[in-house]
Amino acid sequence: MSETVEHEHIVSVLVCNKPGVLRRVANLFARRGFNISSISVGEAKDPGLSRLTIVVRGNDRIIEQIEKQLYKVIEVVKVSPIAPSPEKRVEREMALIKVQIDEKTKLEILQLVEIFRGKIIDVAKDGMIVEITGARSKVEAFIKLVESSGKIVEIARTGIVAMNRWNLSKKEA
Amino acid sequence: MLFEAFKRERVEKIFGIPGGAIIHVYDELCSYENEMDFFLFRHEQGATHAADGYARSTGKPGVVLVTSGPGATNTVTGIATAYMDSVPLVVITGQVSTSAIGTDAFQEVDITGVSMPITKHNHLVTSVEELPQVLKEAFHIATTGRPGPVLIDLPKSLQTAEGEFRYPRKLEIPGYKPTLVGHPRQIKRAVELLKNSKKPLVIAGGGVNLSGTAHLLNQFLDKFGIPVVNTLMGHGLNPQDERLYLGGIGMHGSYYGNYAVVNADLIVALGVRFSDRITGDPKRFAPNAKIVHVDVDPAEIGKNVQVDVPVVGDLKNVLEEFLKFDFEADYSEWIEELQKVKESHPLTYEKHEKFIKPQHVVEAASRYFPPDTVVAADVGQNQMWVAQFYRFRNPRSFLCSGGLGTMGYALPAGIGAKIGNPHKEVLVIAGDGGFQMNIQELMTINRYKLPVKVIVLDNSALGMVRQWQQLFFGCRYSATVLNDNPDFAKIAEDVGIKALRIRRPDDVEGAIDVLVHSKEPMLIHALVDPRENVIPMVPPGGDIGQPLLSAPYDKEILQKTRGEQDE
Repeated sequence: MSETVEHEHIVSVLVCNKPGVLRRVANLFARRGFNISSISVGEAKDPGLSRLTIVVRGNDRIIEQIEKQLYKVIEVVKVSPIAPSPEKRVEREMALIKVQIDEKTKLEILQLVEIFRGKIIDVAKDGMIVEITGARSKVEAFIKLVESSGKIVEIARTGIVAMNRWNLSKKEA
Repeated sequence: MLFEAFKRERVEKIFGIPGGAIIHVYDELCSYENEMDFFLFRHEQGATHAADGYARSTGKPGVVLVTSGPGATNTVTGIATAYMDSVPLVVITGQVSTSAIGTDAFQEVDITGVSMPITKHNHLVTSVEELPQVLKEAFHIATTGRPGPVLIDLPKSLQTAEGEFRYPRKLEIPGYKPTLVGHPRQIKRAVELLKNSKKPLVIAGGGVNLSGTAHLLNQFLDKFGIPVVNTLMGHGLNPQDERLYLGGIGMHGSYYGNYAVVNADLIVALGVRFSDRITGDPKRFAPNAKIVHVDVDPAEIGKNVQVDVPVVGDLKNVLEEFLKFDFEADYSEWIEELQKVKESHPLTYEKHEKFIKPQHVVEAASRYFPPDTVVAADVGQNQMWVAQFYRFRNPRSFLCSGGLGTMGYALPAGIGAKIGNPHKEVLVIAGDGGFQMNIQELMTINRYKLPVKVIVLDNSALGMVRQWQQLFFGCRYSATVLNDNPDFAKIAEDVGIKALRIRRPDDVEGAIDVLVHSKEPMLIHALVDPRENVIPMVPPGGDIGQPLLSAPYDKEILQKTRGEQDE
């Protein structure tokens, strides 16, 4: 196990949908000194359960501890690590980007939106809101390019949701 | 409803202090007077430590009943103490009415938020219908797997609400299924290592006491002739072959105990968590050994040291499996080697003609008190001297705050132990600093006429910190000298407790003889040599194979603490 190499890791956590669960998980990360890069929460397949997708940085030992410590939270039902390799997993993030436009930059941004298969969901005289969905690398590349042609006023990102691909999860089950 | 649940969980003793937000529950307590005993303490911290001492000494969960706000926050140190040492507690706190929650009402505090990182689980009750289920879960979670404290926050408005009481028989908690049965393949691997080892060593931790498996471990040690050491929390072992027992390890462990760890080729660690006080520098801990780690909490395995064979499971199951194996093993060379080190580097101290040595008091108490005595030690030098010089032969007989290091623990914990073990002797050994942190509970001893025996080892200092200041901070005694201590014997007498104050070495044995035979509660205030240090000592983060074996007296100390000239 590597003690020194830090890398990013996605954990999918199934929890009972009870008050205070998110706080318990967040508390745990703070208390043990683990760093959350992103966290997203939503209802899971079964009623009464929610799924958290947590992106966290750390070496292998820390990641192992995170999984074990998560299991100690009574409301945590299952902790599933998401495969590190992109061939074995799918990940998506959505971002809303509010950008200032003028006659000159408008066209550039419209082109970018098309290339990245984004959507324009709000337009006004001097600005618009763009929706972009994809792997985080794609979202980040898009933001970088938009930044270079127009002025971004606000960004809202969902954080990553991810799943292991069909074959892998079948083998696991 | 609360007390109906307590009845079903066979709760016999309750510890606490009433208040506005729990007043209805206390009113109801009057109707259950014949079914359970309630003990009033003088501070909620005292009540919580008492419940902890009760739980550690009996194995049953300790139940605490306090009010909201300050009542609840006063339990925090007690809960954290229990959490660090995996002690089962169920703490019920009153809360302001549901309609007032969030309004900063009088005596409102978010105690579930406050206690989240120091409880195994906690819960704010939101409806009277869920109460039976919540209580059942609380007792179940507190006592199973790796035990720990559970806190239930009960709003005042729900205390009078009517509802049907249906106590669930079985529980289904989807996220809580402790692994109890050790994996057979890992157990087999561990046994293979044992067969091929020349220098095996068992390290017994608090888990051995918590799981009630000391007798199985003794059997295991005797069957295969394996030497054993224990952590601070693991005292209470008694293999028939005394040569197998090598005492405590860690920062103030015996030289030979630590020697065994450093030189072993195989460590079988049972219910330990490899705290920094045990390992010193984890990289230099047991450098020659493969490590087998058995624990019921998977998160402990691989947390602090790298492990070769992990076994997740209940010690009872795992030890029973170990005992099924049969093989010829001969570790006699190793045992002889250890025996030689034990003889050349014994745990020892020098008596003095003028001053009482604290070790002398402890060692005498160990000789005079019956073998099934429960000893509650406080924290600091006194605790280490007890660990070194009191020979514990029974499980659950040594209580102290190992993980959190809570000064003020011993007196209330001893009271709780006496409440749980009325037929055993209970001896509290505290230093002068820690004793004053919960000294108010002397009143509790007198209130219930509990024949608890107390020894205060008074060196007129916060001794352990003073020792560190002497050794690592150039003898600058910043805020550690207590040259204004009261006469603890007078305080005890004023409360109604018989007391003796001794200062000459010749008085030690006589006083302890009186203490053992006293039918009433009694306190001995022993003025001990303030210069004494706890030795051996592994400096923090150091190599446990290389402890300091002596620490010369600082001649200034007598002047500073007692105003006397050193000779």
